[in-house]
Amino acid sequence: MTDRRKLVEVSQLRVAFGAGAPPAVDGLSFELGAGESLGLVGESGSGKSTVALALLGLHRAGGAEVTGTVRVDGTDVLGATEAELRALRGARAAMVFQDPLSALDPYWTIGDQIAEVHRVHTGSTRRAARDRAVEVLDRVGIPDAAKRARAHPHEFSGGMRQRALIAMALACSPKLLIADEPTTALDVTVQAQILDLLHELRAEHGMALLLVTHDLGVVAGNTDRVLVMRDGRAVEHGRVAGVLGAPREPYTRELLAAVPRLDSPRERPAPSADVLLSVTDLHRHYPAPERAGLFGARAKLRAVDGVTLDVRRGETLGVVGESGSGKSTLGRLLVRLDQPTSGGIRFEGADLAHASERSLRPLRPDLQMVFQDPVSSLNPRRTVGESVADPLRVRGGRSGGQLRAEAGELLERVGLRPDWYHRYPHELSGGQRQRVGIARALALRPKLIVCDEPVSALDVTTQAQVVRLLAGLQAEFGLTLVFIAHDLAVVRQVSDRVAVMRQGRIVELGPVDEVYTAPQHPYTRTLLAAVPVLDPAEADTRRAARAALREVPRPAPSGEGRALAGA
Amino acid sequence: MIRFLLRRTVSTLLVLLAMSAVIYVVFFAAPHDPAVLVCGKGCDGARLAVVRHKLGTDLPVWEQYWQFLHGLVAGRSFDSGTDVTRCAAPCLGYSFQTDQPVLQMVTQRIPVDFSLTVGAMVLWLLLGVGTGLLSALRRGRFAERALTALTLAGMSTPVFLIGLMLVMLFCASLQWMPFPSYTAFTDDPAQWAANLVLPWFSLALIISAAYARMTRSSLLETLAEDHIRTNRAYGLSERRIVFGHALRGALVPVVTMLAIDVGQILGGAMLTESVFGFDGLGRLLVNSVNQIDLPVVVGVTLFAGFFIVIANAAADVLYALADPRVSVA
Repeated sequence: MTDRRKLVEVSQLRVAFGAGAPPAVDGLSFELGAGESLGLVGESGSGKSTVALALLGLHRAGGAEVTGTVRVDGTDVLGATEAELRALRGARAAMVFQDPLSALDPYWTIGDQIAEVHRVHTGSTRRAARDRAVEVLDRVGIPDAAKRARAHPHEFSGGMRQRALIAMALACSPKLLIADEPTTALDVTVQAQILDLLHELRAEHGMALLLVTHDLGVVAGNTDRVLVMRDGRAVEHGRVAGVLGAPREPYTRELLAAVPRLDSPRERPAPSADVLLSVTDLHRHYPAPERAGLFGARAKLRAVDGVTLDVRRGETLGVVGESGSGKSTLGRLLVRLDQPTSGGIRFEGADLAHASERSLRPLRPDLQMVFQDPVSSLNPRRTVGESVADPLRVRGGRSGGQLRAEAGELLERVGLRPDWYHRYPHELSGGQRQRVGIARALALRPKLIVCDEPVSALDVTTQAQVVRLLAGLQAEFGLTLVFIAHDLAVVRQVSDRVAVMRQGRIVELGPVDEVYTAPQHPYTRTLLAAVPVLDPAEADTRRAARAALREVPRPAPSGEGRALAGA
Repeated sequence: MIRFLLRRTVSTLLVLLAMSAVIYVVFFAAPHDPAVLVCGKGCDGARLAVVRHKLGTDLPVWEQYWQFLHGLVAGRSFDSGTDVTRCAAPCLGYSFQTDQPVLQMVTQRIPVDFSLTVGAMVLWLLLGVGTGLLSALRRGRFAERALTALTLAGMSTPVFLIGLMLVMLFCASLQWMPFPSYTAFTDDPAQWAANLVLPWFSLALIISAAYARMTRSSLLETLAEDHIRTNRAYGLSERRIVFGHALRGALVPVVTMLAIDVGQILGGAMLTESVFGFDGLGRLLVNSVNQIDLPVVVGVTLFAGFFIVIANAAADVLYALADPRVSVA
């Protein structure tokens, strides 16, 4: 006899893709009562998303082998007919996906997509379904919902799209909300807004929530219980405060230790006052996508709009900002991968801003870059050793054997095995690929490396390893680093000074300890308030503080403010 | 939209101008003298000179080209030595071989290719997209493998083979229908259709194979996308997912392909015309090239080019209508 109060019952769930491969989920059991919330935490490959999909029986067509029991709101998901499953999906259990752009149909308007779900499950009229769509869009905080319902997904910002996806989930007032990394693709302030929204909705509708995430900070403030997964198995399961506050398992402790925090102690050597690179009133403008009529003037997009800063020899300068703040453009300008519209860049006395490609060439070895996406920034058809050796080859003066030996040393220096020279990028994990990217940037012994979101695609433990590696290399080679990231905690961990960017301008620049403990600019304060924290009690306090901030009436949305409305 | 039309019109004119210029250059680079062909047997030097003068080939290339352009825009006069013929704009000149006005030769034949293309297009879309849809939804089953084999066979069969086989079967052996010969739609619609059935099918059978493969792969790609997973996760039926969400995106590349094919076939389907004895632009072009009939070659090419450019512009408009992220500009 099953307990009727349990909304979700999973026992001995095992999911395997193909016979030979190890199961993605192995012997997992958990329960979720009506209105309860559970966080499913693990690194990539831990099987957490597989569990989320299994709750709706979404593995059926994929050739996966699923055994065990999965019961959601009385439906035996593994044994149900297609029609029974369809009646469950979206109506009583709804899912919010990670990437809201690809998760929405680009050809349909937002309103129509939501209305369709409502119609399918309730058989309501077109008109009623459309009204419902507007109602839920309004509920999730889409301004002017009736009008915006007629927009297509590409006309929404990332945060708005995530809200729209949540609205779709709400359309049929489900009992269970499954959110698979709902905020991973979002900026920190938008992430806080979305999580707060989920929290409110849960309180309002008494929905149960299964929150799948790699971020322990996200779990801390948003779920009652947490289940830590590793290699498809449950490692630790309990109340959030207990698991995060006093973890019993070594793996949980390891995960917690790797999370960069705003309050962890930091040790940085005192940097010199010697300026390596200085930037004055730097601008980079792009023609904006045309919007005006036949003869309308083309607006300018000011990606970098008057930045002045110094990078001191041997320091790490952190640059934080949300997407669209111009931080990546600034990074590319610093190493002259992009041409500034106006302004000056001086590197050890040389004028970079106006230098020709030819006169830049002798300086190029000193200026290197590590990119965010180690998958797309390595040539998939060249071995990682060849990629690392490329800069050396361009330099010339080395035999094939020397090149190979030097590339091998570089690989070893970044913690890879020299005999991995012959491996291809796809044979490596994300963290290992990023190490290759770092080795390549190191090859010519540069003075300055600009790291553009070097760890944001990585799991928290890998992230910690790469950050440690960068710090070690900096000390060893006397490197100067510009570390661009959207994650304030990571930037705090690695930087001596930090620049906060917004709309192409630097709103605050100063030593890390000052900026983080006594932020001067309101935007910096907003950013800091949005960072998830590991202590559930603290998370609640912060949520209340954010709610109080929202009570302040917002300015009416104007045409100019549109691009800024992150969510 | 206005900006788009303006830009397209200008670029179309430039393309056609460049095309005609290239033809003139190539024509004169070739070591043939059209006057010799026109003059025929027993032609002496004096007569050849007269013919050259009549055809205008005694003038420098650039001057001939200039006269051609002038004729196109403002008309021109032809002086045969004995009398003067006035050719009003848009004047494409007269055939070297038959002395017929080129514009008339071309416009007479356009309905043939137009009839051929439109009918065949409807058929190949139905056949191609239908087969592609079926084989995508029946993936891995017998039906899909059979369809794949059929489309491969279709793609690799030349049109003259299929056309001849159809004619042999239906006209010669079974005698279900007369041997096709083109009848104008305005003369007798029923006869027009009856005559075109076989050409339509032979063209469509071959072309539809490519559409089947394109539809299949494109649909499978779309069905693997994240937003289809969302549809499934929200309890939509497979039917609703395929026809409501997946097919629209999957057909976008098909539209692009369609534009290229329609544009090309409108400008002449030489093999099909030859097999069925239709007098269309394709055969006209081949004949005029063989006879070094410059005005006709230029005329046919200009129209063929015009069709391709128009079809592509239409595809761009359709593309923008289908995909809200794309705007014509």
